Amino acid sequence: MRVFIRPCVWLLALLFCASFMSVFEALFGWFQPGQTSLIYQRAGFLSLLQNHVLLVLISGSIGTAMAVSAGILVTRGWGRDFLPLASQVASIGQTFPPVAVLALAVPVLGFGEAPTLMALVLYGLLPILRNTLVGLDGIAPAVKEAASGMGMSPTQVLLKVELPLAGRVILAGVRTSVTINIATAAIGSTIGARTLGDPVIAGLVNGNTGYVLQGALLIGLLAITTDSLFEALQRTWSQRLLAAAVAG
Amino acid sequence: MIELKGVSCRFGSTVAVDAINLTVETGEVCVLVGSSGCGKSTTLRMINRLLPHSAGEISVDGQDIRRIDVRKLRLNMGYAIQGTGLFPHWTVARNVALVPKLLGWSRDRITTRVDELLTLLGLAPETFANKYPEQLSGGQAQRVGVARALAADPNILLMDEPFGALDAITRDNLQNEMLRIQRQVHKTTVFVTHDIDEALRLATRIAVMDQGRILQHDTPENILRSPANAFVENLLGSQDRGLKLSALRRVGDAMSRHPQPCEPDLETDWLSEDDSLRQALSVMLWHEAEQLPVRDAGGAEIGVLSRDQIWTGAT
Ligand SMILES: Nc1ncnc2c1ncn2[C@@H]1O[C@H](COP(=O)(O)OP(=O)(O)OP(=O)(O)O)[C@@H](O)[C@H]1O
Ligand SMILES: [Mg+2]
Repeated sequence: MRVFIRPCVWLLALLFCASFMSVFEALFGWFQPGQTSLIYQRAGFLSLLQNHVLLVLISGSIGTAMAVSAGILVTRGWGRDFLPLASQVASIGQTFPPVAVLALAVPVLGFGEAPTLMALVLYGLLPILRNTLVGLDGIAPAVKEAASGMGMSPTQVLLKVELPLAGRVILAGVRTSVTINIATAAIGSTIGARTLGDPVIAGLVNGNTGYVLQGALLIGLLAITTDSLFEALQRTWSQRLLAAAVAG
Repeated sequence: MIELKGVSCRFGSTVAVDAINLTVETGEVCVLVGSSGCGKSTTLRMINRLLPHSAGEISVDGQDIRRIDVRKLRLNMGYAIQGTGLFPHWTVARNVALVPKLLGWSRDRITTRVDELLTLLGLAPETFANKYPEQLSGGQAQRVGVARALAADPNILLMDEPFGALDAITRDNLQNEMLRIQRQVHKTTVFVTHDIDEALRLATRIAVMDQGRILQHDTPENILRSPANAFVENLLGSQDRGLKLSALRRVGDAMSRHPQPCEPDLETDWLSEDDSLRQALSVMLWHEAEQLPVRDAGGAEIGVLSRDQIWTGAT
């Protein structure tokens, strides 16, 4: 449990900044002397944060479910034909800039939350898919041969052997995907989604550096919190397996 | 009993196994031996249906394996492979318990069985039950692999180079254990190896394979005495055949027994009943002895073996 202290501390910092940004008013006033509006007021930071997290959470869940299923499908006997295609897509997709994905989503879905969500799902799929493939592929063939040769059903092999063994790598993929998407979601503000990118965009448009910094601060804190949460999860992964082995 | 009739296996255009016929009687150890790539593993995998056979018929106890539910078939066949295939995320105990668990045994019965097996294979349960595979040496892992194959007391054992990649001493120990266990449990076993000495030592009958065909299927003795062709002769190493033959014989079968066990002479070197004549010969050569006393497990002298008896016994 001690590994979860760090993410908790970061979370507290994040919530504090989102709730009480005005305590830093003097600070923002100090390097922007002429500015009348020092703190972003158009929407509460907490509600922006909530919306931002929701977008990432929903897209992350959909993306993980889709990518892991796809990864599983193409590594089964009957889906193997698609394996080269899937791994190619997974690695090419990484070189595609997130903004481009976002821009491509607009003509299809218009402005607002929906295209942002779609872009996030699409962009988040790829690291998870790639890691699912790497993870499943990295399991020693002898282990799988033994598993089915001893009489485990394909489902048992998948659930009891393959996924637990690939889990760490898949989790690392989810971590990458979610961390990238926290940043990508902010760009969603340019196409009308309400996210922590709002103050950044407003600041850039109005020449108000304070707004930009406030948005950036919160996005940064959110990214760090999430990342350290995943770090903690990955660390406990092997211990969790140990516990499962003892209990089972 | 396992029967293969005209069984072939093709991968695309390559024929890995070419119309082989093989019968493994109940309780016998059939060793498949041959050079790398000759189709030994493929044959084994067809028996537990990890690979489908392209032609021919495989039956177990008279039943076509394609008619048997595949899981039922496999649960009744212990399977041990080179590289062990132990599950790295499970403890030794849980690995061994795999098949009993799949069969739905009670927890108590599983625990008892796992302890029994680990003990049988010389792994103290207190020390090893809760270790993970990565914490084991190669030889220990191989033992766990064998224990796992034996766990649910299957009628049939399939072993694919279970002692490969081990040093000579560990290998020797495991072979001894395997012989000891086999004397107790009498499993119908198909054992794959590319080591002819291992084959001669463990087999009831040996099937020599080359390029997907069985060249000769006979007892170790008959194979040594009359190899079917040059390939088999070469595999046996023609100059070593005499010694290999003597390695098949036990001292206990060639010696002359005392009417009563007597006090051993502590000065001289000695043999035990289960030593092979080959070992006896080596000891005699070393000591330049005409004969050597034979002791039983308790240390009492039960007979003597002379040089002449080796000569008559080995041929
Ligand atoms: N899944 C497969 N796809 C294609 N060819 C295969 C496959 N499995 C085996 N083969 C081929 O079939 C032949 C026999 O292979 P097999 O694994 O049975 O050899 P082996 O006798 O067990 O050899 P080794 O002692 O090296 O394990 C080889 O030529 C191999 O290349
Ligand atoms: Mg092989």
